[in-house]
Amino acid sequence: MSHHLSDIKLKIWRQAGPDSMGRFESYLVPSISDEASFLEMLDVLNEQLISEGREPVVFDHDCREGICGTCSLMIDGQAHGPQRGTATCQLHMRKYQSGAEIVIEPWRAAAFPIIKDLMVDRASFDRIIEAGGYITADTGGAPDANLIPVPKPVADASMDAAECIGCGACVAACPNGAANLFTGAKIAHLNLLPQGQAERFSRVENMVEKMDEYFGSCTNHGECEAACPKEISIDVIALMHQDFRKAKFKNRKSLSRN
Amino acid sequence: MSTGQLNDKLNAKAPATAVPEMWDTFKDDMKLVNPNNKRKFKIIVVGTGLAGASAAATLAELGYQVDAFTFHDSPRRAHSIAAQGGINAAKNYKGDGDSVHRLFYDTIKGGDFRARESNVHRLAEVSVDIIDQMVAQGVPFAREYGGLLDNRSFGGAQVSRTFYARGQTGQQLLLGAYQQMARQIGLGTVRLWNRSELVDTVVIDGRCAGIVTRDLVTGDVQSHSAHAVVMCTGGYGNAFFLSTNAMNCNVTAAWRAHRKGAFFANPCYTQIHPTCIPQADDTQSKLTLMSESLRNDGRVWVPKAVGDERPAAQIPEAERDYYLERLYPSFGNLAPRDISSRAAKRAVDSGRGVGPLKNGVNLDFADAIARLGKDVVKERYGNLFDMYDRIAGEDPYSTPMRIYPASHYTMGGLWVDYELMTTIPGLYCAGEANFSDHGANRLGASALMQGLSDGYFVLPYTIGNYLAPLLNKPIPNTDHAEFKAAETQARQRFQAFLEIKGTRSPDHFHRELGQIIWDYCGMERTEQGLEKALSELPALYDEFKKDLRVTGDAQSVNQTLEKAGRVDDFFQLGMLMCRDALDRRESCGGHFRAEYQDDEGEAKRDDEHFAHVAAWEWTGDPMKAIRNVEPLDFTTVHLATRSYK
Amino acid sequence: MAQTIPGSTSPGTDPAPQGGRRSPVTGTALAPRKKQFFLVDLYGTAVGKKYVMAITGVMGIGYIVAHMIGNLKMYLGKESDGVYAIDHYGEFLRELLVPIFPRTYVLWGLRLGLIAALVLHLHAAYSLTVLNRRARPVKYQSARDYQIANFASRTMRWTGIIVLLFIIWHLLDLTGGQLNPDFVRGQTYRNVDASLSRVPVAIFYILANLALGVHLYHGTWSLFQSIGWANPRFVAWRRYLATGLATVVVVGNVSFPVAVLAGIVKV
Ligand SMILES: Cc1cc2nc3c(=O)[nH]c(=O)nc-3n(C[C@H](O)[C@H](O)[C@H](O)COP(=O)(O)OP(=O)(O)OC[C@H]3O[C@@H](n4cnc5c(N)ncnc54)[C@H](O)[C@@H]3O)c2cc1C
Ligand code: HEM
Ligand code: HEM
Ligand code: SF4
Ligand code: F3S
Ligand code: FES
Repeated sequence: MSHHLSDIKLKIWRQAGPDSMGRFESYLVPSISDEASFLEMLDVLNEQLISEGREPVVFDHDCREGICGTCSLMIDGQAHGPQRGTATCQLHMRKYQSGAEIVIEPWRAAAFPIIKDLMVDRASFDRIIEAGGYITADTGGAPDANLIPVPKPVADASMDAAECIGCGACVAACPNGAANLFTGAKIAHLNLLPQGQAERFSRVENMVEKMDEYFGSCTNHGECEAACPKEISIDVIALMHQDFRKAKFKNRKSLSRN
Repeated sequence: MSTGQLNDKLNAKAPATAVPEMWDTFKDDMKLVNPNNKRKFKIIVVGTGLAGASAAATLAELGYQVDAFTFHDSPRRAHSIAAQGGINAAKNYKGDGDSVHRLFYDTIKGGDFRARESNVHRLAEVSVDIIDQMVAQGVPFAREYGGLLDNRSFGGAQVSRTFYARGQTGQQLLLGAYQQMARQIGLGTVRLWNRSELVDTVVIDGRCAGIVTRDLVTGDVQSHSAHAVVMCTGGYGNAFFLSTNAMNCNVTAAWRAHRKGAFFANPCYTQIHPTCIPQADDTQSKLTLMSESLRNDGRVWVPKAVGDERPAAQIPEAERDYYLERLYPSFGNLAPRDISSRAAKRAVDSGRGVGPLKNGVNLDFADAIARLGKDVVKERYGNLFDMYDRIAGEDPYSTPMRIYPASHYTMGGLWVDYELMTTIPGLYCAGEANFSDHGANRLGASALMQGLSDGYFVLPYTIGNYLAPLLNKPIPNTDHAEFKAAETQARQRFQAFLEIKGTRSPDHFHRELGQIIWDYCGMERTEQGLEKALSELPALYDEFKKDLRVTGDAQSVNQTLEKAGRVDDFFQLGMLMCRDALDRRESCGGHFRAEYQDDEGEAKRDDEHFAHVAAWEWTGDPMKAIRNVEPLDFTTVHLATRSYK
Repeated sequence: MAQTIPGSTSPGTDPAPQGGRRSPVTGTALAPRKKQFFLVDLYGTAVGKKYVMAITGVMGIGYIVAHMIGNLKMYLGKESDGVYAIDHYGEFLRELLVPIFPRTYVLWGLRLGLIAALVLHLHAAYSLTVLNRRARPVKYQSARDYQIANFASRTMRWTGIIVLLFIIWHLLDLTGGQLNPDFVRGQTYRNVDASLSRVPVAIFYILANLALGVHLYHGTWSLFQSIGWANPRFVAWRRYLATGLATVVVVGNVSFPVAVLAGIVKV
C-alpha cells in the first residue's frame, strides 16, 4: 500500500520580498511516502532546509482539508496542480512517480503581489467583498428564519456558488488575471436568494467596479472553472454580467425617481 | 481530596434569579451606553472566526470603534470555516418536542454536568436568534422542497435541531459573519489588522489596557490600546500536534492573557473525535475529520484475531468484532463521541488495528450498500467518500474506510463569568477560546452555536455594562511604560528564538510534545502516565530552549519563527493540561481517568468532590500554577449518570 | 506596476517598506461613486466593454453572414438581362429604400453603423488587452498547462488583427479598387475575378477567412456569456451554434477564392 517515492526534483520560486528579484531554485527530496500530501512533501523539504541552516520555503496554508482557501500553488503550470476539483493541500504524492520533476510557482497577478517565495497577498478579494459582497442585516432585526421560504433548487444553486473558498486559483489560472469567477460566485450566492434582492443591483455594481480596480477582464476562457477546487461553473459569470447590465438600466430608472 | 481553593475572582456574577429568568433579568438591569457615546469607546477584537467576526460586526453596528486582529491573511480563513456538520438551535421547526429547556438540558448532560447552568441556559435561549440572523445574512442553509429550513439530528440529542449547509456549515456561517464584518470595514467602523498576531496582553492598574501584536509580514511589534479587549482566538487542540485543527491554530493569545492574570479553566477537557482518517505515515501534518454522520450507515469493526493481516473482504463475518454493536447494543455504532473513541483506542491497543500501520478500525459500508444500493449510499455520502478517496487513496465503496479518533475540540479555555469577562477586568473571551458552555464534553453542532451566540447576542450586551462607567475617563495610551515594556519583551523573545541556533526545528519539538500529550493526556489518562508526562515535558521544554533552530530573520515573513512562539506556549499549556488531568481525580466527558471507571469501563464521575471548574492561576511557572475552583450548583437539572447503553 | 505590501494595496492605507509598519484596512467602500452618464459609466468597466464587444460582434456576424449570402449570388452567374446576379444585388443595396431616402443613403447608414461598430470593437479590444496585460505584469516563469482555454480563445487578438488587415486590404481591393488590377466600379463579379485570380491574394483571402472562422468559433460562444444570456440549459447549444456559424462562414467565404482559382467563377 504505502510506498516511498524517491528523488523528487523540485524547482521552486524563491523571492525574498515584494520588490526583490525572484528566481527558481532546485531542490531534491530524496524520499517521500506516497501517502504524504503535497504540502507534507514541502514540509519535509523545509525540515531538510532548516537542518542545513537554510531558510525554508514560505508558502501559505492552514486547514489542509481544502476549505480555508489559504493554500495557493501553481504546480507544473496548473493552479492547485493536476487534480481537478482539488486544492493544493488535498493533492497527494501518489499522483507522482519517483524521479518526478515538479515546478512550483506562486500565483501571479498584479492584484496578488508576492509577499515572499510562494506566498501572495489576496487582500484584493476582501476589498471586493467589502464593496458589496454581503446582505445588510444588522444584528438583532432579523425576522423568523422560516418567514421567507426559499425554493430548494434556488437554495441549492445559491449554495453551489457559495462554496467558493476564496483561494484565488481562478485569477491565477485565468490568462487575463480576471477575478470574474470569484466575484461572480459571490454575486450568484447572494443575488439568487430572496434575502439578497434588496441590494441586488447596487451589490453587483459596487463589486464589479471594485473588481475592475485590481483585475483583468474576462474573455471567457473557462480556465478558471477548470482550476477551481470547488468546480464553480462559469455560469456564475454570465449571471454577474446579466445583473450588471440590468443594474445599469434599473438604477438609472430608480435614480430618476428622486 | 480536591486540591483547589476558592477565589473571589471566580465570581460568575449571574443574576440572582431562577436560571431561566437570568438573561432577561440581566438585560433589564444592565448599564447602557448611549448611542452617541458608543463611538467614544474603542474595542479590540482578537480573532475573526465565528465568535470574533460576529462580535466585531455587531459592536461596530452599535457604534463602537472596533479594531479586529487576525493572524490570517483574511478573516474568512479562521478555522470555523472547517466545521462540517451543522449548528443547533431550539427552533422546534420539526414539531418534535424541542424547546429551549431541552437544548439546555441536553447540553448540560452532554457536558457531563461540568458546565455552568446560567451560561448554558442563555446559550439555548439565543440559539433561535442565531438562525434568524444567519438566514437574513444569506446563509444558504439546506431547505426542504416546500422552501422551509431542513434539519437533521446529531449525536446526543433525540430531536432534529441541527441546521446545516451541505457538509460546509461552518464555512457558510463564517462567510455570513465575515461578510457582515466586511461591510463594517468598508464603512470604516471596523479597522482590520490582518496577518497580525497577538503576542501579549497589557494590564495596567488592574484593567486590560490593550495588546501587543507582531506583524507577520514585517516583523513589526506594535502596541494597541483600547477600553476593552475581546479574545476570540479559538481552541488549543493543536497541543497534540496531530489534530483536526488547522495548522496554524494555537493557544498563544489565550496563553499570553493567562500569563497576565487570566485564569485558565479546565485545560484537560479536550474532545477526541471518533471518525478521523488515521495517520498514514510519519510525515503526516494533520488529521482530517470524516463527518460523524457516516456512523448512521457504516458499521465499525476490527478482526477478532490479533495480527489478522487479511484484507477486510477476506475476513469472514464470524471472525469480525463489531465491538460498538456488541458493547452498546442500544446505541450501537451511534454511541457518543467519547465512548466510541475510547472503544476504538482499546481495539487498536489490543493489536487488532487495521491498515498498514495497524492504527485504525474499519467503518464498513458493505451492508449499507447491500441494503440500500450503491446509489443511495452515494447520494448520502458521495462527497465524503470522494474526500476519503482523495486523502487515503482507497475507494470506500469497495473497501471499508479506516478511521481513528483524533483531537478535535477543546472545552477548556480562559475562565469567564456570566458576562464573558475573564479574571482580568476589561478582557473578554468568546467562542472556543473560553471554557464556558460545554463542560467536560461538547455535543456535535453546538460549538458553532456558542461562537455565534457569544459574538452576536451576548458580548454586545455585556460589554456595555463594563464600559458605561468608563465614559469620558482617560485610558492609558500606547506610550505607557507597560506597553513599552511588553513590546520590548516581545521583541526580545522572538530575537531569542533566532539566537539559540540549536539543531532542531520548532516542528520537531511540536511533534514530540504532541506525542507525549497524546500518549498520556489523550483519550485515556492514568495517574502514572500523567506523572510521567509531567516529568518528560519540562525536560523536553528545557531542550527546546537550548536546542531550537530557527533560520531566517525577524524582519520578514518567517513561518518557523511564528511556529517557535506557538510551540513555546504549547509547552507551557501542555504542562497545565497534564496537571489539570492529574488533579481531576474522576472521569467525566472527554476526561477519562482509567482509575475511575465502573465495571463495564464507563466513566465514573465524582460529583461530591469535583462538581467544580478548575481555574488555574499563573505564577510564573506552569508546573506551579495555582488551582482555584468555582463550584458548580445545579438548581435546574438533576445530576445523573450519563448512560448510552 | 509597483508591488506593495499586503494590506496596503487598498485605498486608505499607506504602503510600508519591508520591515516597516503596515496600517489597518478600513473605509474601503467609502469613496463616493463617480456620477456619469450611465452608458459612459458602463463602458468604463471591463464588463461594460465586453457588452460592447459582444454587441458589435453580433453586428459583425450579422454583416458577415448577409455579405456571404450576397456573395453566393456569384454562383448564379448572369441573369436574363445579361448582368451578373451579384451586380444586381450590389445595385439593389445602393438603391435600398430609395423613394424614401436618396440613393446610397441607407447603404451609407449601414456602412456608418458598421464602421462605428468596428471602431468600438477595436477600441474595446485594445483597452481590454492593455488591462489584461497590466493585470499580470510578471508572467508565469514556467510553462502553463492550459486545461480549457483553447487556441481560439487565446488568439482572439491575433485573429482579430488578421481580420482587420484583411478588411483594409479588402476595401482597397473590392470597394475602392486601389489594390485591384482591373477595377470597374459596379462590376462586382469582374472585380472579384480580377482580384482573386492572383494566387497570393486568393491565399491571403483563404487564410484571413480561416482566422475569421477561428475568431467566430470562440466569439460566438463567448458573446452569450459576455452579455449574460447564459441560461445553463443552452450552454451546449451555444457551442453548436458557434461551431456551425464558424464552419458556414469559413466554407462559404473560402469557396469564393477557390472557385475563382478553379475557374468556376470566371468573367
Ligand atoms: C474539522 C472540524 C469540524 C467541526 N465541526 C463542527 C460542527 O459541525 N459543528 C459545530 O458546532 N462545531 C464544529 N467544530 C468546532 C467549531 O468549528 C469551532 O469550535 C468554532 O468554529 C470555533 O470558532 P472560534 O470563533 O472560537 O475560533 P476560530 O474560528 O478558530 O477563530 C480563531 C481566530 O482567532 C485568530 N487568532 C488566534 N490566535 C491569534 C493570535 N494570537 N493573534 C491574532 N489572531 C489570532 C485566528 O486568526 C482566527 O481568526 C468543528 C471543528 C473542527 C476542527
Ligand atoms: C477589427 C479587428 C478585430 C479585432 C482586433 C478583434 C478583436 C477581438 C478580441 C480581442 C476579442 C476578445 C475580447 C475579449 O473577450 O477580451 C474579440 C471578441 C469578439 N469578436 Fe472581434 N475583433 C475584430 C473583428 C471582429 C469582427 C469583424 C467580428 C465579427 C464578425 C468580430 C466578432 C467578435 C465576437 C463575436 C467576439 C466575442 C465577443 C465576446 O466575447 O463577448 N470581431 N474580438
Ligand atoms: C472571400 C470572401 C469575400 C468576398 C468574395 C467578398 C467580396 C466583396 C465584394 C465583391 C465587395 C464589394 C461589393 C460592392 O462594392 O458592390 C465587398 C465589400 C465589402 N466586404 Fe467583402 N468579401 C468577402 C469577405 C469579406 C469579409 C470576411 C469581410 C469582413 C470581415 C468583408 C467585408 C466587406 C466590407 C466591409 C465591404 C464594403 C461594403 C460596402 O461597400 O459597404 N468581406 N466584399
Ligand atoms: S471561485 Fe473557485 S478558484 Fe476562485 S476563489 Fe473561489 S474557490 Fe477559488
Ligand atoms: S479563465 Fe478568465 S477569461 Fe473568464 S472565464 Fe475564467 S475569468
Ligand atoms: S490549506 Fe486550507 S484549502 Fe488548502
